[in-house]
Amino acid sequence: MSVSSEQKVEQAVPGHAPHAAPAAGGTSWWKDEAQEPLRRNLGLVGVLLALFAIGAYIRPDLYSDADWVINNIMVILTQAAAIGVITVGMTFVIIGGGIDLSVGALIALSGVWATTLATQSFGPVGMIFTAVAVGIGAGLVNGALVAYGKLVPFIATLAMLVAARGLAAQISGKQTQISTDQIINGIATTRIGGIPLLVIILLVVAGLGWVLLNRTTFGRRTVAIGGNAEAARLAGINVRGHTMLLYALSGLCCGIAAIMLTSLATSSQAAAAELYELDAIAAAIIGGTLLSGGRGTIVGSLFGVIVFSAITNLFAIANLPTEVQNMVKGAIIVVAVLLQQVRFSSVTQFARRHGLTRAKPQT
Amino acid sequence: MTNPIPDTSRRRLLFGGTAIAAGALLTACTSNEQTPTPAQTKGADDTNPNAAAGKAVTIGFSAPAADHGWIAAITNNAKAQAGAYKDVTFKQVEAGKDAAAQRAALDTLIAEKPDVIVLLPHDGKELNAFGLKAMEAGIPVVNLDRAFPDALAYRLQIKGDNYGMGVAAGHYIGKALKAKNVASPIIGEIAGMDELELTQERSAGFKAALATYGFTVANRRAARFTADSGQKEAQNLLQALPKIDAVWNHDDDQGIGVLAAITAANRSEFFMVGGAGSKKAIEDIAADKTVLKATVTYSPSMASSAISLARLIAQGRGMSDLVELQVPKEVILASETITKENASTYLKLGF
Repeated sequence: MSVSSEQKVEQAVPGHAPHAAPAAGGTSWWKDEAQEPLRRNLGLVGVLLALFAIGAYIRPDLYSDADWVINNIMVILTQAAAIGVITVGMTFVIIGGGIDLSVGALIALSGVWATTLATQSFGPVGMIFTAVAVGIGAGLVNGALVAYGKLVPFIATLAMLVAARGLAAQISGKQTQISTDQIINGIATTRIGGIPLLVIILLVVAGLGWVLLNRTTFGRRTVAIGGNAEAARLAGINVRGHTMLLYALSGLCCGIAAIMLTSLATSSQAAAAELYELDAIAAAIIGGTLLSGGRGTIVGSLFGVIVFSAITNLFAIANLPTEVQNMVKGAIIVVAVLLQQVRFSSVTQFARRHGLTRAKPQT
Repeated sequence: MTNPIPDTSRRRLLFGGTAIAAGALLTACTSNEQTPTPAQTKGADDTNPNAAAGKAVTIGFSAPAADHGWIAAITNNAKAQAGAYKDVTFKQVEAGKDAAAQRAALDTLIAEKPDVIVLLPHDGKELNAFGLKAMEAGIPVVNLDRAFPDALAYRLQIKGDNYGMGVAAGHYIGKALKAKNVASPIIGEIAGMDELELTQERSAGFKAALATYGFTVANRRAARFTADSGQKEAQNLLQALPKIDAVWNHDDDQGIGVLAAITAANRSEFFMVGGAGSKKAIEDIAADKTVLKATVTYSPSMASSAISLARLIAQGRGMSDLVELQVPKEVILASETITKENASTYLKLGF
């Protein structure tokens, strides 16, 4: 019993597992497992450059105008902002071994709750507080159901998805609620040093997420729990409490995104942020986050979001219909996961299996 | 470490207190009290012979619980119109999430034997069988807006004209651009949910009407009938077309986001036509401060009319202005164009 749990502890932190790097050879950077996120991000940058090149080929009249190009990059980033924020939360949840299907619904709920006439009477601070508090509250419910109610994350957050949209429809009376608050609406149009405020919010959230994931015990524990929850528990981590916090974090991101989206659309409604959960999960996956948990990067997820946003933009500029765009997005997800499997199962898993077989006779 | 108990309890007290306070504050914030949008009803006035009380009838009603202003207005209107008649009992059943749920709910409604059923189906094709069943059971069915393929499945069909909506928008834009003498205009289109047949019909009508002026659509984006999707698609459309002459946006609800994107991009070189005829859009047209200059209607007032006609069907009466002794089988509303000039007369029909 004790033997197997020790092995699991080793598995629990794959990025830091001492045996992983030497087993993979460690000879050059494209084979080194530790460099995998870097390679993947470079790949995504390559995709972005390719999208840019395609755009320039299709519409040279637009792409030859430097002002237009800069403005277009800002448009792409602005459209990535709200989804980017929830993807940061989603990345934490997935790394921690869970999934959060309720993010789109929570944006709608937070947004609707924050734009009721009663809330709007409290001004922008009241609206932001409401959105964030509702997001965190719903996230805590998700977390409690998963951690203490022992519900599978998929089911618990699916239930929240349905219930939150229902509550949002109830509160809004199925109407589109218009935000009349000029400060909230102004968030979307404000630019600081030429950079939209929404993009700055995304960068701040992503930066804080990066620090939290890579430079704090909270982040390391998240990776450990996602790698192997049982081993993490035996190692003394409060797995249930931590899991609850992860969902609350995702809820917080939804609250922030709700304000961003409300500001962009100058309104909110129960049907808002439709299918954002799938966009966020897809972005995290093509950014290199393992759906089974234990591995992932904030930067990768961010690139994933920007790639999707750039595709949407390119399709609009090329005047191609939405259905083609969705097929291309689907194909990109499949290709990204296939790449992940080729690299991980053939190189990493093989190496890890060897590490394990070598470890057995020793103990 | 020596005495951890009071420490944790104090922390818990603080956390609990904050949580309760936040909860109390939040629940206070769900209130949405506002002057209720007046429903679109035609009062039971004495001058109208159809308004004279007849035999008491029960009208069963079902519409999807969609989270969209238009559907909400449908249900509100039906309820309000039924309330305007003393001889009508209104029985609403929830339509649930999809066609299957609606069918199940409607089956229980048949068992209660209402005199007539007014129904906005999730999908006309999928609920065709229900229409046949109810008609067979001797309950007349009034199909609201989403047609059954089978003519035996309904007693009356009342619907809007999606193709006509596109035609109206196309003619407004075509005429306005001809009047301005624009030779080869750049026209953008922001459609609704592309997988719906009604979106295809609207776009087909728009294209056909523009063609009579020799114009074409330069770029067409499909949003999702929501403000946030409208904002996103409009932002991309504006990027794709640095100079535009006219835009047709299919839906006024998503138009809130479309206008937000246009305002944010500081674009005003073009004019826009909306669709559906929401209260906000009509107010914006009347105020004439945005690029929105007109909207073509697809009015949820049809739900009020459907209830009135259902009542006449159940009572075996005809429409007083017509020669026939029974209500006709099909009513298709014309799509009307609301501009600054007539906005005041249409404001009461906005939703």
